[in-house]
Amino acid sequence: MKLEKCLTEENLNQNLLNIQYAVRGPILQRALQIERELVKGVPKRFKRVVRANCGDCHALGQKPITFIRQVLALVSFPELISSRLDIPQDVKDRAKELLDDCTKGSVGSYSPSNGLNLVRSRVAQYITNRDGVPSNPDDIYLGSGASDVIKSVLTLFVEDVGGKPPAVMVPIPQYPLFSGTLSELGVRQVDYYLDEEHDWALQISELERSWRDASIESNVRALVVINPGNPTGQVLTRDNIEQIIKFAYERNLFILADEVYQENIVSKPFHSFKKVMFEMGAPYSRMELASFLTTSKGYAAECGLRSGYVELLHLQPSVQKTFNTMRSVMQCPSVLGQCILDCVMKPPSPGKPSHNQFINEIRDIHQVLKERTATAYKTFNSIPGYFCNPIDGSMFAYPRIEIPVEAQLEAKKLNMSPDEFYCLRLLEETGVCVIPGTGFGQLPGSFHFRTTILHPKDEFQYMMDSIRRFHLNFMQLYP
Amino acid sequence: MSQLKLISRVSRVLSGAVKRSELFEINKVNTNNARTMASKGLTVENMNPNIVKLEYAVRGPLVIRAGEIEKELEKGAQKPFKRVIKANIGDAHAMGQKPITFIRQVMACLALPDLIDKGIFPEDVKQRAREILDACGGGSVGSYTASHGIELVRRRVADYIQRRDGHPAHWEDIFLSSGASTAIKNCLQLFCNDLGGKTSGVMIPIPQYPLYSASLAEYGLAQVGYYLDEEHHWGLDLRELERSLAEASATCNVRALVVINPGNPTGQVLTRDNIESIIKFAKKHGLFLFADEVYQDNVYAAGSKFHSFKKVLVELGDDYKDVELASFMSVSKGYMGECGARGGWAELRGVNAAVRAQLYKCISAMLCPNVLGQAAIDCVARPPQPGEPSYELYIKEKTDVLDSLKKRAEMIVDAFNQMQGFKCNVVQGAMYAFPRFELPPRAVAAAAAAGIPPDTFYAFRLLEETGICIVPGSGFGQRPGTYHFRTTILPQPELLREMLDIFKKFHQKFTAEYSG
Repeated sequence: MKLEKCLTEENLNQNLLNIQYAVRGPILQRALQIERELVKGVPKRFKRVVRANCGDCHALGQKPITFIRQVLALVSFPELISSRLDIPQDVKDRAKELLDDCTKGSVGSYSPSNGLNLVRSRVAQYITNRDGVPSNPDDIYLGSGASDVIKSVLTLFVEDVGGKPPAVMVPIPQYPLFSGTLSELGVRQVDYYLDEEHDWALQISELERSWRDASIESNVRALVVINPGNPTGQVLTRDNIEQIIKFAYERNLFILADEVYQENIVSKPFHSFKKVMFEMGAPYSRMELASFLTTSKGYAAECGLRSGYVELLHLQPSVQKTFNTMRSVMQCPSVLGQCILDCVMKPPSPGKPSHNQFINEIRDIHQVLKERTATAYKTFNSIPGYFCNPIDGSMFAYPRIEIPVEAQLEAKKLNMSPDEFYCLRLLEETGVCVIPGTGFGQLPGSFHFRTTILHPKDEFQYMMDSIRRFHLNFMQLYP
Repeated sequence: MSQLKLISRVSRVLSGAVKRSELFEINKVNTNNARTMASKGLTVENMNPNIVKLEYAVRGPLVIRAGEIEKELEKGAQKPFKRVIKANIGDAHAMGQKPITFIRQVMACLALPDLIDKGIFPEDVKQRAREILDACGGGSVGSYTASHGIELVRRRVADYIQRRDGHPAHWEDIFLSSGASTAIKNCLQLFCNDLGGKTSGVMIPIPQYPLYSASLAEYGLAQVGYYLDEEHHWGLDLRELERSLAEASATCNVRALVVINPGNPTGQVLTRDNIESIIKFAKKHGLFLFADEVYQDNVYAAGSKFHSFKKVLVELGDDYKDVELASFMSVSKGYMGECGARGGWAELRGVNAAVRAQLYKCISAMLCPNVLGQAAIDCVARPPQPGEPSYELYIKEKTDVLDSLKKRAEMIVDAFNQMQGFKCNVVQGAMYAFPRFELPPRAVAAAAAAGIPPDTFYAFRLLEETGICIVPGSGFGQRPGTYHFRTTILPQPELLREMLDIFKKFHQKFTAEYSG
């Protein structure tokens, strides 16, 4: 009879110990605790916590898109379609189309594991319209958000090649789904630094350096690019994208293009990796590529409904077949989530009843993005000791902050990195919850934090004022 | 590949220093990581071998073929049948079962909160929708929730478990998931550690639901199969458990034991005695217990009763308080059949806090389970109560579904047992029948010649000649030399009768063809 537990920290899957997911990590836990304390009436210097840790727009008060939610309601409870409710005809038509594609007209039936046929064909059409390059529905796999399919794709690389363990290049700073998942899979993470001095560009010399260093002991198999960037908010230039593609070609790297913020762009043009590859012609146009999108971002911002897709290009057919089988074990992504994706891929067309309201709603959302990115950029750069690159897109700002040496020493005593210390102090004194740069990565010796910026105007102003006030105090405390 | 490298490589080939085949083989692994004209970064040789190995028969080649046949029929192809009958997957709605009205009304209100005050839904539906929306960020199901799920829902699940078992359940021991499959995989993944240089192994029943074999393959964990006892209602025989464990222990560390109750594909509902002996076995050998109880609402046979592993464990007393248990449930089965909603939960018991913290990290990287799935869980955990406006309809719908499933479970077993060469255990619960059938030696030989297992050979013939799609026993595992298949009991009664009739005729014809 064994006395030790079956599962202890020592005997469980050690890969898990290395996973860090700061977006939901210790600072958030402390913020939740503080919220509970406030409810209990514990006196603090502030009345509420401002959650700026997560790219969740609805949580900040953004309204869902009416068309999407009307369709969702009708497919959930089809009796509504023929009810006396005042629902626009195009909503009813869409609901009927979707239900027709569900087995026996119920969203409670499993869909094919790669997603409803109708939705995949709409995704393919969206991609074709966006890029001017044909897209095949059979290359499209729907998922529970992009995170789900990103993990599935990364799982494919878990195999030594030429006696060397696999490695994947990720940008620093990056969205920690990538680092977390690579840890979980036991795949080495190869960091390449984005160039903060040049609008967070990907410098080829840095890609080369990182690849070369890693290739001594690892087989570098894939390259993750996040465009628009998270947390960094840049939109890559077309030139930069071409350079990256050429680099990946030379080094036989599979590109994972995380493009989930492609609809959260202020004004710069978005070039999908797929489009650029195709337009570059052979041999680049035949490269393997995985491109990701989710309904958690864009204007829909339906984070809670977990829906996204990957377009997989030019995979060896037998590899694609095994990917199919792997996905089939999990049955299928939420069918209601797939319905939402359908609405995002094919919004109400001009002339249809829902069109005007839809256009107004997305215009308002875009206006907020435009205003907040401008304000965040301006405000952060006006705080002494702060530097913030222009924010082209996404939902975040990632300012660099100077932390006095005294404060850095204090942090060290508490066994924290200086930016973690800074963010914790910010939280304790103002209630503003942001994520320290350590969670995303940064050049050693530099400090940043990521904050969401899509709060309602007053709340956003309050947050920026709190940060400024806190920082000025902080600088006085640690001269 | 750079010009220089290519030239140097070619010259090495020509000089014989490098085999010619190396340069020109299209799918060759590039050990110097430089690209050749037709090479792929990902090939079957250099990709994750665990993924290459895994199989999932429930959606495997037969099902793919069935899908093709459906398309052919749509295009007007002539076949001996007019439609495919998909009896391969436990998808109740796909076979015509209606959703529970209360659940769908709540979901509609959550999707479009404007509906709540339109005066078209009963008060309890509106109340439920408001409660859930209150617990969502920004009052929207489009916000992320806590990674373990909405606290309100977790508490309701705890209440449900408490009512079911008569013992306390704590909401912090419960985490919600997108389907039970996700939670099961996350828990299995915890065992990936080659302690003392030996692979970790997990005991799974034979026959089993192939989520387990596929997940163990994916994670590189050893599958330790224990045969269920077909002669005794597919029960778990202690001697067989001991045998399986002892044999496997030579090559792996057996760390966990999976039990599916009610059984899939086998349909047994374990007796309380059997459950007690399994728990004692697990404790004796220090095994972590996985109780897959997704069919807990699907119990049909007279004398059969669902006892949760949690309840029996608690009732075994203090000596057993440290046994580690994970119990799983889903909204895909039962009377709800909401497969597409992807809602499920796990209750953990006796699991070390540090381990739970690690599990939390895995879960949190996927953010949270989908919120409408969580809403469905809420409705299942706390259905309409007597006196509430939706109760009458709810209880009628639930009872109708379960009564109908019960009748179909009986019908199907009777039908198979009347067929020559078939033997089918009573379907005590779940949604499937797993009859054993005999194959003439010539059919077995024909299968061998075709390079596929005999029951798969049979299943393909069945599909091509009748349009009936079932899953051969080899997809679930069975004693060598025996043949089974799994069919669901889900086709509506009239279709089921028709299906059984067609089956009988096919089997007679097939047997005649390969006899003599």
